[in-house]
Amino acid sequence: MNASSTSPSPAPTGDRTPTPHPTRTSAPSAGTPEPLLGAVGMARPRIEGTAKVTGAVRYSSDEPMGDLAHGWAVTSTVTRGRIRDLDTSAALTMPGVLGVIDHRNAPRLDLEAGSFFGPDGGMHLLQTDEIPHSGRPVALVVAETAEQARSAARALRVTYDEEPCDVDFSLDHPAARPATSFIGADATVGDVDTELAASAVVVDARYVTPETHGAAMEPHSATAWWEDGRLQIVDSNQGPFLVAMTVAALFRLDPKQVRVRSPHVGGGFGSKSGGCGPQLVLAVMATAMFDRPVRVTLTRSQVFQTVSMRPTTDQRVRIGSDADGRLRAIDHTAAFEVSKLADYLENCTELTNTLYAARAIRTRRSAVPVDILPPYSVRGPGATPGSFALESAMDEVAERLHMDPLELRLRNEPSAGPVSGLPFSRRNLTACLREGARRFGWATRDHRPRTGREGHLLVGTGMAATSFGAGALPSTASITAETDGAFTVAIGASDIGTGARTALTAVAAEALRVPPERIRLLIADSDLGPAWGAGGSRGTTSWSWAITEAAAKLRSRPGGATLPLTVSFDTTESLGELPLMERHSYSAVFCEATVDPATGEVRVRRLLGMFAVGRVINPLLARSQLVGGMIMGLSMALHEEGVRDPATGRHLNTDFAGYHIAAHADVPDIEADFVPDYEPGDPSGIKGVGEIGTVGTAAAIANAVWHATGHRRRTLPIRPDHLVEERPLP
Amino acid sequence: MKEFGYLRPSQVREALALVAADDGARFLGGGTNLVDLMKDGIETPTRLVDVRRLPLDGIREAPDRGLVIGATTTNSDLAAHPEVRRRYPALSQAVLAGASGQLRNMATVGGNLLQRTRCGYFADPSQPCNKRSPGSGCSAITGEHHNHAILGWSDHCVATHPSDMTVALAAYDAVVHYETPDGSHEIPLSGFYLPVGESPQRETVLPPGALITAVTLPAAAAGPRARYRKVRERASYAFANVSVAAALDVEEGVVRGVRIALGGLASRPWRALVAESALRDAPATADRFGDAADAELSAARPLRDNAYKVTLARNLIVAVLTELAHRAE
Repeated sequence: MNASSTSPSPAPTGDRTPTPHPTRTSAPSAGTPEPLLGAVGMARPRIEGTAKVTGAVRYSSDEPMGDLAHGWAVTSTVTRGRIRDLDTSAALTMPGVLGVIDHRNAPRLDLEAGSFFGPDGGMHLLQTDEIPHSGRPVALVVAETAEQARSAARALRVTYDEEPCDVDFSLDHPAARPATSFIGADATVGDVDTELAASAVVVDARYVTPETHGAAMEPHSATAWWEDGRLQIVDSNQGPFLVAMTVAALFRLDPKQVRVRSPHVGGGFGSKSGGCGPQLVLAVMATAMFDRPVRVTLTRSQVFQTVSMRPTTDQRVRIGSDADGRLRAIDHTAAFEVSKLADYLENCTELTNTLYAARAIRTRRSAVPVDILPPYSVRGPGATPGSFALESAMDEVAERLHMDPLELRLRNEPSAGPVSGLPFSRRNLTACLREGARRFGWATRDHRPRTGREGHLLVGTGMAATSFGAGALPSTASITAETDGAFTVAIGASDIGTGARTALTAVAAEALRVPPERIRLLIADSDLGPAWGAGGSRGTTSWSWAITEAAAKLRSRPGGATLPLTVSFDTTESLGELPLMERHSYSAVFCEATVDPATGEVRVRRLLGMFAVGRVINPLLARSQLVGGMIMGLSMALHEEGVRDPATGRHLNTDFAGYHIAAHADVPDIEADFVPDYEPGDPSGIKGVGEIGTVGTAAAIANAVWHATGHRRRTLPIRPDHLVEERPLP
Repeated sequence: MKEFGYLRPSQVREALALVAADDGARFLGGGTNLVDLMKDGIETPTRLVDVRRLPLDGIREAPDRGLVIGATTTNSDLAAHPEVRRRYPALSQAVLAGASGQLRNMATVGGNLLQRTRCGYFADPSQPCNKRSPGSGCSAITGEHHNHAILGWSDHCVATHPSDMTVALAAYDAVVHYETPDGSHEIPLSGFYLPVGESPQRETVLPPGALITAVTLPAAAAGPRARYRKVRERASYAFANVSVAAALDVEEGVVRGVRIALGGLASRPWRALVAESALRDAPATADRFGDAADAELSAARPLRDNAYKVTLARNLIVAVLTELAHRAE
């Protein structure tokens, strides 16, 4: 097998005949069994787990660095306007201060640079006196120590000519415009209005989800310096190669001049994807101006104010159904806020295109530009808020029909993509629904609301079905057969805490037919070649594909080659040859919740998720990601909410005391398990587990709250003040 | 962060003198609130006088058979103390309902009394706030205020007091003891916090430079039938929407003694004296509890987005008193 003839393996066990390893310096003794295929599918703890919990690993701000200077960002206190004056005189006289960078002296950036969505003004920091959103960095104070820089930052006197701002987003906003069709056009299948008119029941409801922050434990930090004519960067991000390309574009450098490393990343959740964070833009500017290494670390409050978040969404869903639960029409209109600085797509209609059969499906996505920083992907972008709307509306259809909401889903299984018409590669939603229902004990549910009661508590159950797009993106891996029998596997992957190192080591071991101990995995370095980042639930699929094919290429070499021997494989061509199909992970989420109507307190008592995510590389880590995802969904349903002052647009909860994330006491026993699944379009049969855990959970919880109380909550989060009742239970 | 001096005296007299000598000096307890505020530029002391080496730690018997709680006793030690748990259970429950284990290990009783509001406008030095910057205005009245005050607020400030501990102390008629260079003083907790009025920046009656040394709990307030219940937006580690500390004595179905204090509703812990007097010698029934709660809350002036607190407070009072009445029988 070589690069040009590579095609996805058709079955999990197909074409796996072990071949003698061509690069061994001494062949394994005859009769040695092949114990090596067990690497994938084994539950192994994280390779770096002990080092992490003992504090031995270095995150980006821990990297020791000689002659290091520190930058402290100063952010705008107004939401829209211009800088009238930025008086640096007091700050410049303070101890240790090296200088101040602002729009008057900052290096000029290429204003065409941006993300997949085009030029991104969110990255074009310190280029003009304009203030486009609250918390916009207006200066960087650079000093010998972080404390000196912070102190001087406070002494900077910035005055503004303030202008009226608009952060009053809604679906009905006059500035609403069609969203970019970057990820496919809006759907128009059949005649929605005719089908709705012919429907026995029609649900027509609006659903609203708030700004939600990635809220990674590790704040964003970057260190930059020039060394031997190259810009060296240690940065906290989700994909060092993509970041290096963005930095090169922004600063008009030859991409070969930029090296980005991100050895350990304390969580991303989308907030460290999408190009280049403000900490890095500022650090690169500072190292250029002061000719020494500079580190910029954001405070927690600055992370909330300067780093992309999930935008507020406002969605209208209309679903028409026949009396027997067969859907006639789904009409999903989804609006989301964007910045005036950059385009973005919160693709809320992803599931609507693929989850259910209906005679007519129409999706319309609109973007509403307001005075905020550019939003970006967070924890299942689009799918997560979109699923809340669609799966709440499906529950409302079941309510109107007096039907089991599980049965409603089963009754609308499509045989091909309802919008695309394409075949499904491996659609396994029904297995998730049926097995989840069996384990949860769904069959005995009384589908009428407000029928469960335990003392002063109302008890309800709810469920949701979910899909999440699966696939891979171009990446390059190289493998070196070393003289000592080890294999150095190099790919520009990122481990943002998910266990990617461990998973990729297993993939490489299996592909090379050697024990994992013989794999030396190098990741998190842009010099390792082009690679997709840890995002879109496509990290492991993208990287594994490249590693698997590079391994196959190495193993196909004739024996006797001189060591060390290096081969590499770029998946771009293979991916291009993949036939178009509907490729998705699936899940069914079930929830039991209690509500105290006297206080409005919701407690999730049980969460169960059954997942079809392709072949599972490491059940321990995959389950951890899915359980974590479900906790994030719980947190979205009940807690998380970026709050702004309606008049000024200022964030009001920029810390973890004010921005509520589910605490341990909110998290019940959670079960996440897998149904047998396999993705035929992937050499390893995998689909991706990063985000699907989050996607369906909020709707399942909101549906359980309805079942408990009879109150349909269509705005998240569901807080006590939304559910407290005047008349307590007798 | 602004530079500041840090001193760690071992005697109360010395501590008072160190603070008196510097107009910008502040006492430092566990620092769980003050240090955060310093990092954000909301508090800018020039000198911190750490009180944790002063001989003010620990809990002992008072002459009247009540308890004396030293001001530097940590919240964790207070909540775990066997006599507090036995005689003043609502106080132990209230402390455990606040913050996190790590914070309670640091936070002191004296500091807890003086913690500042968690209003989001107060926390942002770039925004108007009469409490932080007198005369600058209050954005919360028309802005985001779903967790702000419904009782006792003024047009100058609608912030709430964040402490759980003080709600229980209010119910128990606690007394605050403090030292000034002039000598020892004491004031009932009911008079410790000032009404909001036109000067929300002035929160207590403590004169400048005064050092809280202890809180005493009267013997008369002790009793096993007491409860603290708190409703918040997650199961732990959040400030109250509404909380209730209550104690109830019932004899033959009639209320003989009742104490109720409310949290999350005002700039200070709110002792529900109207409800208490409506209940004294009344039948211990849910209806009467509800009527008493309504009487107390008739003074409520909810804002656009916090009217739910009236309902929630009423329900919580009824729920807690009903639970205590059942326990009493």
